[in-house]
Amino acid sequence: MRTPLGQVRGLGSAKSGTEHFWLQRLTAVANLPLTLVFIGVVATLAGSSHAGATATLGNPCVAILMLLFVLSATVHMRIGMQVIIEDYVHDDLLKLLALMANTFFAIVIGLAAAFALLKISFGV
Amino acid sequence: MDSPNAAPGRPLSPHLQIYRPMLSMMMSIVHRITGGALYVGTVLVVIWLVSAAAGPSAFATAQAVYGSILGQLVLFFYTWALVHHALGGVRHLIWDVGHGFEPGQRELLYRATLAGSIGLTLLIWIVGYALKGAAG
Repeated sequence: MRTPLGQVRGLGSAKSGTEHFWLQRLTAVANLPLTLVFIGVVATLAGSSHAGATATLGNPCVAILMLLFVLSATVHMRIGMQVIIEDYVHDDLLKLLALMANTFFAIVIGLAAAFALLKISFGV
Repeated sequence: MDSPNAAPGRPLSPHLQIYRPMLSMMMSIVHRITGGALYVGTVLVVIWLVSAAAGPSAFATAQAVYGSILGQLVLFFYTWALVHHALGGVRHLIWDVGHGFEPGQRELLYRATLAGSIGLTLLIWIVGYALKGAAG
């Protein structure tokens, strides 16, 4: 038996639904403690020297928590901006390009931050 | 629905300009705006981290720019946006589990979000100034 639901599944404006909703909540919950760490680290390093900053950021616990923050925050901001784009950009091609640019931006931000944190940690 | 073959002249649901501004809608709008601002602001975080990875002179430049009056002003509003969006997120998580929907509770949540974001931002900056130079 085929119900009407099977014909419309996946045909909404975003082509998907609950995974997006769930991932937004999952990363939101992860972001709460990680944001506290991030604010604490940045506030501690206000006005500090390069040696002081790299010593703090290179501490394994700080670095791991900062990397987790980068991962969770970039996923969260990517799907958050995706919703904004889907809400306001109605032209199909423009929407497609904006969604691609959004993904590229999130990956560049995430990778650059992760690379910087790892380089500071490994001290190369 | 912005379907191109919708019959012309059909009634549309009322949009933003119809309503008297209320705290509930303002907080909803501000949650989205702060989210967008934080998105753009990640560039500042990445520049700061990459400058630290690049070396002492690049980091000194970044610290000088971020520590200037204009830099601190931007970072102050960035802190507020971050705290406000985080507290707004907590409000949404409370709603997600089915609580806080009564009119009085909703209003309380909005006021707590706003007061909390301003109070916590000031607290963070006071502590930040107190800790200045603590990491060497």
